[in-house]
Amino acid sequence: MESVLRAENISKSFGPIEVLSGISLDLKPGEVHAVIGENGAGKSTLMRVLSGHIAPTKGSLHLNGRPITFSGPVDAESHGIVLVHQEILLAPDLTVAQNLFLGREIKRFGFVDDKAMRERTRSILRDLGTRIDPDREVGRLSIADRQLVQIARALLVPHKVVAFDEPTAVLTPIEAESLFTIIRKLRAQGVAVLYISHRLNEVKAIADRVTVLRDGRHVATRDIDGLEPLEMARLMVGRDMSKLYPEKPATASDQPLLTVRDMAVPGYVENASFTLHRGEILGFGGLIGAGRTELFEALVGLRPGHGTITLDGRQARFRDAREAMEAGIVYLSEDRKGKGLLLQQNLRMNLTLAALEKFSRGSFLDGSGEEQALDKAIKDFDIRTRRRDLLAGQLSGGNQQKLLLAKMMLVEPRIVIIDEPTRGVDIGTKEQIYRFIASLAAEGRAVVVISSEMQELIGLCHRVVVMRNGRVAGEVAQGDLSEDSIVYLATGVHEERAAEIAAGHA
Amino acid sequence: MTETVLRSTAEKRRFNVDMRALSPFIALIVLIIAGALINPDFLTASNLLNVVTRSAFIAIIAVGATFVIAGGGLDLSVGSMAALTAGVMILTLNNLGGGDVGTLALGMLAAIALSAACGLANGLIVTFGRIEPFIVTLGTMGIYRSLVIWLAAGGTITMRNYDLRELYRPVYFDSILGVPIPIIAFLVVAAIGALILYRTSFGRHVVALGSNEDVARYSGVPIWRVRTLTYVIQGICVGIAVLVYVPRLGSATPTTGLLWELQAITAVVIGGTALKGGVGRVWGTVVGAVILELVANIMVLSNFVSEFLVGAVQGAIIIVAMLVQRSVHRGR
Repeated sequence: MESVLRAENISKSFGPIEVLSGISLDLKPGEVHAVIGENGAGKSTLMRVLSGHIAPTKGSLHLNGRPITFSGPVDAESHGIVLVHQEILLAPDLTVAQNLFLGREIKRFGFVDDKAMRERTRSILRDLGTRIDPDREVGRLSIADRQLVQIARALLVPHKVVAFDEPTAVLTPIEAESLFTIIRKLRAQGVAVLYISHRLNEVKAIADRVTVLRDGRHVATRDIDGLEPLEMARLMVGRDMSKLYPEKPATASDQPLLTVRDMAVPGYVENASFTLHRGEILGFGGLIGAGRTELFEALVGLRPGHGTITLDGRQARFRDAREAMEAGIVYLSEDRKGKGLLLQQNLRMNLTLAALEKFSRGSFLDGSGEEQALDKAIKDFDIRTRRRDLLAGQLSGGNQQKLLLAKMMLVEPRIVIIDEPTRGVDIGTKEQIYRFIASLAAEGRAVVVISSEMQELIGLCHRVVVMRNGRVAGEVAQGDLSEDSIVYLATGVHEERAAEIAAGHA
Repeated sequence: MTETVLRSTAEKRRFNVDMRALSPFIALIVLIIAGALINPDFLTASNLLNVVTRSAFIAIIAVGATFVIAGGGLDLSVGSMAALTAGVMILTLNNLGGGDVGTLALGMLAAIALSAACGLANGLIVTFGRIEPFIVTLGTMGIYRSLVIWLAAGGTITMRNYDLRELYRPVYFDSILGVPIPIIAFLVVAAIGALILYRTSFGRHVVALGSNEDVARYSGVPIWRVRTLTYVIQGICVGIAVLVYVPRLGSATPTTGLLWELQAITAVVIGGTALKGGVGRVWGTVVGAVILELVANIMVLSNFVSEFLVGAVQGAIIIVAMLVQRSVHRGR
């Protein structure tokens, strides 16, 4: 079939650095074309070239067989090419309808026509299979609903090509499944869908063809039939990835280290109880919004909550993160950029911030001691940085996570709570982080891993506690760990339906 | 994608960071050259020492403001606080009645205690009331100012004891080894400020707090204590400035310290401290305070602009400084 959008030998340089070199890609109407690659492989750059956000340095774009150049994203949109951004770009205080038509309001006699916009919004959202109220403020929607609004906004203009940039990064499996329904619907309408992701299982589930990028170069374009996730990973990384998860350390014990009884966080969590043993990796699964993050933030004193916490057989209560750290508990936020690292500050300041008292000589800071700690952290955690005076915000997602790990390990904790340890992290770094987590348990520490990635919980954890709607729905022991068992507890959906959902991802 | 863009601008960024730290010093040199060209009297030791001496109050206050602003706060009340502190100090001295060193020391102690308490009040309201520092210090600015007007009954509070005035006068007018005492005071305050901000965990915590409050909180930084202390430091700096200011005129009036907050914040911003917090430059602040006084001095010595417009020029400087800061920031 004739391709609708074709890229020929696209190269893109920023200054002296070439981030894309000689990429060719064609998109056919009615296909879902996935682009996969590690972070920094050039996926997003390619996407931005195709959607007119940036101009290629070399190479050409062809629309319906004719060469074309876009002056900008608005120009590309007018040719029917729309991009659904990875980040949520909506005004939280405006309503759904106001956001949908922001910058392109329907007007009547020079005034905005709220009624017409509300009606259009309602019908578009209905087509997407959702019942979001057009008058609701976006800030009060769930993340998944916000993403739907963003998709609706992109689809408002007539479109031939729709590009999704990591759309499921913040979605739970069920929400992702409804997104796939939308994508399949688009495909059935003859729209070409460009789908960027590094979740290989879902690529397998949704894509017709796959293009693999590595270091800005085109590695392969294959039909999905016969291409398994393991092979995709091998193509992405350039080596065998069959051993992503390390051996689970045999240090899990029955000795309770931390016991939490009837923890409540107003508005988020009710009656949560669990026990953490020495040397074990305890997973926390559930949908986004199930209250996992809030439970642990309350536990370490970062938000108000109450319940009975027993540490080493003694009752404990932490009023702030400092007190929790002094008791040997650290919490690594899922929001690395907003709550984990000072993006505008250098690596050294970030590294030592939580353990500054270890770098004091008398009343003053010991700069050379800090430098040595940074050297050690860069070596131990394999933080890849071109220069050691970079700002934390200039590191890639994976290296930021390693820096955050290094920072919190300076506190020398006994209990490490890691929220979404591999979000936004490329597959090579994921493997390193998994090995590191396993080594923490092997050293006799206890680790809590909060994750929305089923595979991660299954591959990494000794036990998984699953939360649903702010309550602990149940616990899955090591022998029973499977996507089915976790999804069942997380959603409360019957086994058959759970299997169906899981099948969409397998 | 983001990483690669940053990689290509890394060279430029390094240049810019240097620029940001250097720009106040460059501006100072340019001003000195300009002053020398405009009037030969400018580049005399007596004129320059006079300029720096006059900048001492603002410089000392601005060192405190560097802490508040680097920590993500703002204090608009410093001018009123200075007036109130000066008024209460003089009233205390008058009531004690003595003309000896002990009386003077007690008065000084009262001044520092009051200004520290005023700063503490600002800090506690900002921290525990969870109110924007802009609003809190706007409120206390009005409160402190009208308290001094009330104490002075709308007039002037003057030191009555002649012996005490003679005893105190040298603190502003004398020199040690040729350096006027106010200059020594402000260099000492700046040195201590720099030491605290750059070399202690408290200073590191201030910058972390201004950089991102959530990260600081998640990292176990005692953010409430740190934030409150920045306002206390600001208060103490105001107190020290008042100690140097009172012997100059020996009185406090309802207009004492008027618009000092503007000058202090301008000095901080010229110095390269980010108004949104997260960057603090004590020595830049000091240079900023000197620049403000230099501009006033050059305006007096030249005939280009009426000296009555000094405030307008200083107001324009803060806007220009912000523009420069933003363009430098955007380059990162």
